[in-house]
Amino acid sequence: MARISRGFHGRRPEVDPDRVPPGQYVTQDFPVLSAGPTPHTPLDEWSFSILGAVEKPVNWLWDEFKALPSETFTADIHCVTKWSKLDTTWTGVSLDTLLEQAEPKAKFVLAFCDGGYTTNVPLADLLGGRAWIAYEYDGQPLEPEHGGPARLLVPHLYFWKSAKWVRGIELHDHDEPGFWERYGYHNYGDPWKEQRYWND
Amino acid sequence: MWRYGTVTALIDETPHAKTIELEVPDWPGHAAGQHVDVRLTADDGYQAQRSYSIASAPEEPRLALTVERIDDGEVSPYLTGELRLGDELELRGPIGGHFTWRADDDGPLLLIAGGSGLVPLMAMLRHRAARSSEVDARLLVSARSLDDALYRDELETLAASDGVLLHHTFTREPPVGWTGFARRIDADMLRAVGPSPTARPRIFVCGPTAFVERADDLLVELGHDPATIRSERFGPTGG
Repeated sequence: MARISRGFHGRRPEVDPDRVPPGQYVTQDFPVLSAGPTPHTPLDEWSFSILGAVEKPVNWLWDEFKALPSETFTADIHCVTKWSKLDTTWTGVSLDTLLEQAEPKAKFVLAFCDGGYTTNVPLADLLGGRAWIAYEYDGQPLEPEHGGPARLLVPHLYFWKSAKWVRGIELHDHDEPGFWERYGYHNYGDPWKEQRYWND
Repeated sequence: MWRYGTVTALIDETPHAKTIELEVPDWPGHAAGQHVDVRLTADDGYQAQRSYSIASAPEEPRLALTVERIDDGEVSPYLTGELRLGDELELRGPIGGHFTWRADDDGPLLLIAGGSGLVPLMAMLRHRAARSSEVDARLLVSARSLDDALYRDELETLAASDGVLLHHTFTREPPVGWTGFARRIDADMLRAVGPSPTARPRIFVCGPTAFVERADDLLVELGHDPATIRSERFGPTGG
């Protein structure tokens, strides 16, 4: 049981505990967190690949990717640095649509990105209408600082799993920690269980 | 694992920023550049958590956090206004292993700070001094005015006695008689601060998002390898 912080009363914002995970506060801003410079990849050099343990490796160029069936969806997002943003609206391609074409043969996924960032997600968490490659935010092309031209979006996990500047995913037989996961962040990252760091 | 630190000193750094020195009995040690999570608990059990960069070098006996007050914030007004000597502060860490520098990592070192983004970079310079490292280290601090510039006396000392090449730029209100930079950072300024991309410096940039985006873009345009640039952004966008 935590000790009382003398003189602290907090702001007790009215939040819905069914929507805001423990330890999070709601922001109207859209903070930016990245480990290095923002990459700027021209669209004519951009592609998205599904590689590794799959029946059929797939690669889409930008125009091909934009021609895939897209969805517009609204989700709450939760950053490990404690902010949550409610009702964010995105447009992108469901991972169900993408993975169907590749036919995965393994259960572990490592997403890779421009700039060298990686993050791991179990395949099961990318299926069932819970993950997208998003290229629009609020009806506009996704800003580079928020991961444009396209980012992975897995709203039910902490936001570092929603890899910015994503360029593909690799299917693996074994789980392989990504960038932040090697630096002390939780391997899975469920905001509702406050899986922030190793041992959480 | 959450730990308790006892406040042993409170130091006014600027009118808006305070350093909190803590005695943390079971502190496991940290690397310069890491941060901690701080958790406050109200008497009805309500809790709020935020992350703060560590300002002290790993070699120092006390853990120091420098906190800038955000007027409409929830945690920083408490830490800078309400916290007293002898109070206990609940914290967790150290956290983060990417935005760190160890003297053994060598250099050269190029540190670029916007406002309170100086805090983790100060831990690196203090670590460099504590280890008597002679790594070529350059620091560019962007602040609105003298009132917003942290650790000025200590930085002057490090520049005079310890070989740190120190540059301030004052973007809003340069001091009277100031002959240094007095503008937002730009390519000419970064060129003047150096070192050149061919020296492959280890670059750490910390500050508000817009500042870091700008600094990083300029560095890449100047020819620095993006892989040599580590960044930490904070605050809202568009501000």
